[in-house]
Amino acid sequence: MNIIISLTVSFLAVFGLVVIAFVGVWGAHLEWLFGVVIPYLAVITFFIGIVYRVVQWAKCPVPFRIPSTCAQQKSLPWIKYGYAEKLDNPVNTFWVVCRMILEVLCFRSLFRNTRLEFGSGQEIKYKSAKWLWLGAIAFHYTFLIVLLRHLRFFTEPMPFFVKIIENVDGFFQMFLPTVYQSGFILGAAVTYLLLRRILDGKMRYISLPADYFPLFMILGLVTTGVLMRYVLKADIVSIKELTLGLVSFKPVVPEGISVIFYIHLFLVSVFFAYFPFSKLTHMAGVFLSPTRNLSNNTRIVRHINPWNNPVKFHTYQAYEDEFREKMKDAGLPVDKE
Amino acid sequence: MSLKNLLLQKRSRIVKKWRDVILQTYHEQSQGFLKKKDSFGNPVGCTISEGIESLYDALLEDSEDSGSDKISEALDSIMKVRAIQDFSPSRAVGFVFGLKKVIREELGNEILQNGSHEEWAAFDARIDGLGLLGFDIYANCRQKISDIRVNEVRTRSYRLLQMAGLSYDLSEHEGDPNGEKKEDGASNGQHNMEAREH
Amino acid sequence: MAKDEIKQEDLLNIDHSPSLFKKGWMNTPVDIRPSMHCYACEPARLKVVDFPNPRVWSVMDEDWKLPKDWKETVMDAFKDRLDRFRTFKLFMDICVRCGACADKCQFFIGSADPKNMPVLRAELIRSVYRRNFTAAGKLFGKLAGARDLDYGVLKEWWYYLYQCSECRRCSVFCPYGIDMADITIIGREMTNLLGLNIDWIAAPVAFCYKTGNHLGIQPHAYKSMLEFFQDEIEEVTGVRVEPSFNRKGAEVLFITPSGDVFADPGTWTCMGYMILFHQLGIDITWSTYASEGGNFGLFTSHDMMKRLNGKMYMEAKRLGVKWILGGECGHMWRVVNQYMGTMNLDLAEGSNLENPVSPMTGTKFENANSTKMVHITEFTADLIKHGKLKLDPSRNDHRKVTFHDSCNPARAMGLLEEPRYVIKNVCNHFYEMPPSTIREQTFCCGGGSGLNAGEDVELRMRGGLPRANAVKYVHEKYGVNMLANVCAIDRAVFPGLMEYWVPEVDVTGVHELVANAMVLDGEKEKTVDLRNEPLPGMEDAEDV
Repeated sequence: MNIIISLTVSFLAVFGLVVIAFVGVWGAHLEWLFGVVIPYLAVITFFIGIVYRVVQWAKCPVPFRIPSTCAQQKSLPWIKYGYAEKLDNPVNTFWVVCRMILEVLCFRSLFRNTRLEFGSGQEIKYKSAKWLWLGAIAFHYTFLIVLLRHLRFFTEPMPFFVKIIENVDGFFQMFLPTVYQSGFILGAAVTYLLLRRILDGKMRYISLPADYFPLFMILGLVTTGVLMRYVLKADIVSIKELTLGLVSFKPVVPEGISVIFYIHLFLVSVFFAYFPFSKLTHMAGVFLSPTRNLSNNTRIVRHINPWNNPVKFHTYQAYEDEFREKMKDAGLPVDKE
Repeated sequence: MSLKNLLLQKRSRIVKKWRDVILQTYHEQSQGFLKKKDSFGNPVGCTISEGIESLYDALLEDSEDSGSDKISEALDSIMKVRAIQDFSPSRAVGFVFGLKKVIREELGNEILQNGSHEEWAAFDARIDGLGLLGFDIYANCRQKISDIRVNEVRTRSYRLLQMAGLSYDLSEHEGDPNGEKKEDGASNGQHNMEAREH
Repeated sequence: MAKDEIKQEDLLNIDHSPSLFKKGWMNTPVDIRPSMHCYACEPARLKVVDFPNPRVWSVMDEDWKLPKDWKETVMDAFKDRLDRFRTFKLFMDICVRCGACADKCQFFIGSADPKNMPVLRAELIRSVYRRNFTAAGKLFGKLAGARDLDYGVLKEWWYYLYQCSECRRCSVFCPYGIDMADITIIGREMTNLLGLNIDWIAAPVAFCYKTGNHLGIQPHAYKSMLEFFQDEIEEVTGVRVEPSFNRKGAEVLFITPSGDVFADPGTWTCMGYMILFHQLGIDITWSTYASEGGNFGLFTSHDMMKRLNGKMYMEAKRLGVKWILGGECGHMWRVVNQYMGTMNLDLAEGSNLENPVSPMTGTKFENANSTKMVHITEFTADLIKHGKLKLDPSRNDHRKVTFHDSCNPARAMGLLEEPRYVIKNVCNHFYEMPPSTIREQTFCCGGGSGLNAGEDVELRMRGGLPRANAVKYVHEKYGVNMLANVCAIDRAVFPGLMEYWVPEVDVTGVHELVANAMVLDGEKEKTVDLRNEPLPGMEDAEDV
């Protein structure tokens, strides 16, 4: 896919969504549709979709145990098999779980990127090549924080941890309202991930509209969110009335909520509904990846393949039948004289 | 200012542009990667970058002798890589002449103003020589590859022929003690096979 | 190459169109280049193993003589594999194209062909998956990164599936562990249904099926080859070793790749095994039926791999051995570690196989309790640790050694320390290559997964470039002159690769070094090593 087409299509798609919400609420006054019906549908789609995907994957058998082994195996007792080895070449479930935690929470594999450069003469210098790792970590964690902060709209009273997150996130209380860093870091991280795709020749070549679309989408979410909070100052009390109504299944649509909120909510809804049908399912899929979530113990315990195909072997008898005379001449023992 | 001094002064710009001339012969999508400084993760790009630098420096050296050794060495390292990549001979070597274009772009005016035409003509001829040398090295590399192909076939079948007593050991006739040893082994093997046949 | 029309402008700047208006990869048809692929398989090979659609065809031909219903065949096979392999289904779904793998593949590094980026190689197949098996792909087509499977796409698949050496280096860097090797294995499985294989894989498979080894060596010839080695060993050491074949009642069955029996420098490794076994006096037998450790079935299909591998257990059972010892081989050990028990342990039912114990040291190889198969460097490392070998490492003083981790033992097993321990005990000069080129990050030799043919030598030179580059570094820095490894394909591929990139460096198996350092009972005064090259200090000895 040509880069210009990809970018245009995905940008227009997101822009189109904004226009739909704007026209729908500002022009057609479909507050109920955009504030209640679509969010409900989106959340239902999200949960059913994700469960469906995971079930589909889980139903699929794992015929062979093929973990990528990234360290020394457990072998002779005196060969070093310490924590690092257990993590990267686990031999039991406990260490597999640890490996998965490191993978899911710390993006262990992305962290492997290093670059070696010659310094003076033949000496090698390590150079960091962790930008992708850093960008990914910043993106996913700030996204999580932003998501958790939004719990304040869906709970009354707020759970204690939301308060803690808000306090930490708004640590620099130089402005009013409190400026949350997470939103801005998220925006910066998404921009980095987007620019990376556009500017790096390799990335440009492999990127599809399906890669740009979620990035534009998240940029749209961040922008509307930031605008609402810091610039257009949406009416938080009414919004909370609406969101609480949603979670308590007694939906209400208070008067006077600005259009920007509906745009934001519509983007969120589409994002949720889009999630299970896109590459974003990697969030669930990473847990099921057989090269990471299995232990390297196939020589110790037999792994069972549920469909172990029956096949035709070439037996020793057939082999001997073909070569018996030659074998006898060569002094090789034979079963049948 | 003499041409040489000009060339030294603008070294980093010229070398960089010259490198880009080479990189442009690769897939557009991969050029960014080839610029990455990673001696072991990007050996192609690094070999080219380093080779170009030493080549340029060697070209500027006064002493023809020491210069020419360095030139062959640097050119060799680049040509070895390009000879196994998907290039026609002209495309594999053509980058050498790209240096002329780069220098004209960078120093054309200065050369005109300073009137260093003669110096330029001499340098230009050196680049031509470099190009011809490039073709020699390219041809050697290609020859090497076909040698390797032949050697591999020979290695793969040599032992079998030897075992079957089919290979003829020349060394036995040269009275080479090494060969005699081998010959013993071969005849033993042959003897064994004969013994089995009876 | 001669096909290229050379325009004046071509000499320098090739491409003037601004990159933004470039066509994407989906609209860039495959350009099959000579010397970048292996020859098509001959029909006789496929008939031996009852594979479908045997015929004469040629890669460079326009018409590959596909069966009429080839599309349905591929689509049915695709669906079938999506239902049977979680790896395949998941790897089709969850890639986010983050690009972490893009520059990790030695074939991309060496060729700069963007379709050799693992992510894109996988996308060639994923795009067809999306078109046929996902709603978005059916609805939006190319916008959703989906495309139909047509003749050109099939050729593209084939071309790039046989430019992947199944080394798994990309999977180490992938945040989701997406393993291109697994996609390649399944992709090749599908092309095999159309009779699209390469002769360099199909022939060894057929030979191995019939004769027990890749080269099609018949039993008597296999035996006489080892007898030939007996003579060579005797000349060098003064000791006559006595291997036994197909012997019932032996304690251990030894299986090693046949490449080592028939081509230098593997032959010297093979002699190394024979010397080791003789000196130990271990009750061990070779087999002419299970005379192949390697398994080119792995490069063909899961079922073919199983059919070839079955011989190991069937022979172990027939001979009544207690356990199996496996020689130095790369993909053999991927099969043994990750597939063999699962596929074929049933065949060992009722056999005498038991948990492997070293008869010399009493060490229990507990990590092989299920498969009953021990790697020879595990075995030898244990011997050395217990002082069971009399070693004189100075006999290897003329060797400055570095060790190449073969892809499969490294990334599909984790055999990293055992060979190093052995080498360090038999050699005084050992130097590691840079960390990003060894252990789990090791580069492929360029000839894995059945690509070690003669006709694709340029492909191998490109794929092997990153490895050669690292060898060159240790050669220049430490004077390394010997590249050790534990893989028969390495030993077949590296000599050529070294000859081109670092001609000063030779190639050896680990057990050649072991045998050269061993002080044997009753040996004569040694002046040369197994290669008939003078030992250090013996350069002027008369006997040389």
